[in-house]
Amino acid sequence: MQRFYFDHNATTPVAPEVLETVVSCLGQVYGNASSIHHFGQAAKQRLETARRQVAALIHADAREIVFTSGGTESDNMAIQGVVRAADQPSKHIVTCAIEHPAVLMTVKHLQQEGVEATAVKVGASGVVNPDDIRRALRPETVLITIMHANNELGTVQPIAEIARIARQAGVALHVDGVQAAGKIPVDVGELGVDLYTLSGHKLYAPKGVGALYVRKATRLEPLAWGGHHERDRRPGTENVPGIAAFGAAAEVAGRCLREDAERIGVLRDRLENAVLERIPGCGINGSRWNRVPNTSNIYFDGVDGEAMVIALDLRGFAVSTGAACSSGALTPSHVLTAIGLSDDRARASMRFSLGRGNTAEQVNALVDAIGSSVAHLRRISVHA
Amino acid sequence: MPERPIAVAMSGGVDSSTVAALLVRQGRSIVGMTMQLWNQRRLPELQVEGTTGRCCSLDDVYDARRVAEQVGIPYYVVNFERQFEEKVVKPFVEEYLAGRTPIPCTLCNNHIKFDRFLEMADSVGAHHVATGHYARIRYDEASGRYQLLRAVDDSKDQTYFLFGLTQQQLARTMFPLGEMNKAEVRELARGMDLAVAAKSDSQEICFVPNGDYAAFMDAYLRDTGVTPARTEGEIVGTDGRVLGRHEGVHRFTVGQRKGLGVATGEPLYVIATEPASQRVVVGRNDDLLRSSLFARDVNWISIPGVAGPVRAQVKIRNRHTAAAATLRATSDAARVEVVFDEAQRAVTPGQGAVFYSGDLVLGGGWIE
Repeated sequence: MQRFYFDHNATTPVAPEVLETVVSCLGQVYGNASSIHHFGQAAKQRLETARRQVAALIHADAREIVFTSGGTESDNMAIQGVVRAADQPSKHIVTCAIEHPAVLMTVKHLQQEGVEATAVKVGASGVVNPDDIRRALRPETVLITIMHANNELGTVQPIAEIARIARQAGVALHVDGVQAAGKIPVDVGELGVDLYTLSGHKLYAPKGVGALYVRKATRLEPLAWGGHHERDRRPGTENVPGIAAFGAAAEVAGRCLREDAERIGVLRDRLENAVLERIPGCGINGSRWNRVPNTSNIYFDGVDGEAMVIALDLRGFAVSTGAACSSGALTPSHVLTAIGLSDDRARASMRFSLGRGNTAEQVNALVDAIGSSVAHLRRISVHA
Repeated sequence: MPERPIAVAMSGGVDSSTVAALLVRQGRSIVGMTMQLWNQRRLPELQVEGTTGRCCSLDDVYDARRVAEQVGIPYYVVNFERQFEEKVVKPFVEEYLAGRTPIPCTLCNNHIKFDRFLEMADSVGAHHVATGHYARIRYDEASGRYQLLRAVDDSKDQTYFLFGLTQQQLARTMFPLGEMNKAEVRELARGMDLAVAAKSDSQEICFVPNGDYAAFMDAYLRDTGVTPARTEGEIVGTDGRVLGRHEGVHRFTVGQRKGLGVATGEPLYVIATEPASQRVVVGRNDDLLRSSLFARDVNWISIPGVAGPVRAQVKIRNRHTAAAATLRATSDAARVEVVFDEAQRAVTPGQGAVFYSGDLVLGGGWIE
C-alpha cells in the first residue's frame, strides 16, 4: 500500500542532506568536542558550524544558542531556569491556555513549589490578545511564556507585541517556537524575545536534539549540573551527530523557507477548500488567517476522530487527532476546549499538517479518503 | 475493494493473541485493537506491590502490540475509558451501594465489547469482530436465529457472561476458541511462538486490584468527589436480634461467611443486605436456600421467548453448576420466574440467571 504522511507537526522525516550529515558524523567524527586533540577539534568544529547554522535560522548570535535534547528540555530550561534565577521572594508567571504540555506541566510543577501563575484565555480564533497578557502582569511577574505557533491549530501569536509589553514591564519573555521555526521567518532580535525554544525533529532533523536561544545577559539557572559545556548552561558531552544534523536541517530550512511556505500553503488551502466544499457539517478550528502555512485543524460533526484516524491509516493516510501527546487520553484536546469547542466537536476534530514531501496528487487522494470516511462514519454512528 | 478485515479485540493475553494469530494463519485480513478501558494510575492509593487484576496496564498494551507486530497486522489502541466508566464502573458501584452484587463483565460485554467495539470495528471498515471468549456461535437455519452455545472446554466456558448478546451482535461476532480447550490454545500459542504463550490468565474483576472491591469503591467514590453515604449498621439474625455492627453494607454479599466479626456456636452466612435500613441479615446455611427467583430484563438468544413453562438448567453465578428448573412466563415478556427442582443456595440479587438447554444458551436476565 502507498502511504502518505500528513502529520508533520508530530514529527518530520529526516531530509536527505541531513541524513548525509548524520551518517558522516557518526562514522568519522567521534571525538569529544571538549578534547584538545585533532579528534576533539573536528567534533568542536561540527558543533560550532551547527551553532552558526541554527543561529542564522532565527537571526541570533551563535553564542546565544544552547543545544539541548529537544523542545521539552528547552522549555523546561527556560521556564525553570528564569524562575529559579530570579531573586524575588514571591514569583509569578504568565502563560496561556493553549500552550504545549512541555510548558503547561512545567508551570504546574513550579506552582506546586509555590510559584504563582496565570494562564490567559484565548478566544475562538486561537490567538492571544496582548492586552490580556498586559492585564495579567503583576509586580512579582518574572516570566511570560507564550508559544509562537500552536501545534494543533497552527495559529501564530502576536509575539512582537507581547515582547513590547514584556520589555516595558521588565519581565523576561520565553517563546516556544517549536512549531514556527522553519515554517515562518523568525528574527529573535526583531521580535524582542529573551528565550526561544527550537526542536530539530520538527524541521527535518532527527529526534533527540533541540536548542534554546538565550539572549545575552539573561539570568538562567541550569537544570542539571556537570562540566562546563555550552557556556555552563547545559552540562554533558554534546550529541555531535544530532547537533550537526540539526545545523544542516536549519540551514536547509532557512534556504527553502519562502519556497516551502508558499508551496505547502497552496496545498493546505487546496485541502481545506476541497473539504469545505465537498463535505457538509465541517469547519476550520481557529483563525484561518494568523496561521503557519502547513497546519489545518478541521471538525467533522458526528464523526469520532479516533475512528477516523484509524480508518484513514488503514487506507494509507497518516493524520492525527489534536496533538500526538493527547491521543489515547480520556479528555479531549485542551487546545480545542480552550478555543470554545464542545467536547463532542473536539473529539470530532482532525489535524492535518503538511510538509515538504506532500504533493497536489496526495492532497487530492486525501480529500477523497476524508470524504468517504466521513460519509461512512456518519452512516454508522449512533453514539456520537 | 479488498476483503473487509476482521477486528480482533486484543487484551494482551494468550487467548486473544492466539485468536489474532489463528485468523492470520487462515489468511484473513485482520486489524488488532486493544480497548483502553480504565486508567490504572487514576486511584493511586490502590497501587500496592504485587497488584493483580491489571486491566489495561501498559504491560498488556505492550504485549498486545508485540503480538500484532509478530503476526504482522495493523494494531491500534482505542480509548473507551469514558464509556467504560459510564456503563460499567458507575453501575458496578451503584449496584453494590443498592445492596446487590453486580457482574461488571456482563455489563462490559453488553455495552463495551459487543457494542462500542463493534461500532469502532465498523468505523474502520471491519464488519466482524473476533474475541478470545470461550463460547460458540451457530446460525440455526430452522429458527433463523443465531444461537449461543457453551464452549467445548467446560472449565473455561464464558457463556454466563454473554447472556446479553443480541442477534445483531452475534451475527457479527466470532469466537474462534469456542471449539478448543485451554491447553490446546496454549499449545497453539507456543507452536506459533507467540510472545505471550506462557502468560498467566487474568483473574477476577479487571479494574479492581487484588479483588478488593470495597477498597476500590471507597477510592472511586473519593475520587469522584462523592462522600460515601455512611452505610455502617447492624448485623442482625433472621429473627431480628442484633448480633453486632458492620462498616458498610456494600462490603457484604449474599452467601459470604468470612469477615462478619460475629461469633456464635454455628457458622453464620450473609442471607441478605438491606441498604434502606443498612442492616446485614445473617443466618444458617439453610436460610440461604431459595426455591425460586425472578429474572428481569431477560434477553432471549437461541429461542425467541417463553410462553408456557419451559424446562431448562439455570446458572445463578459463574461458578454454579446449572440446576434443573422450570421457566415460567410472567405478564412482562422480559421478566421470567425460575422455579428450581431443588432449592438453591445463595440466590444473589444483581447476579445473572442464565438459562441453558444442554449446551444451548436460551437466554438470561438479572436476578431481582
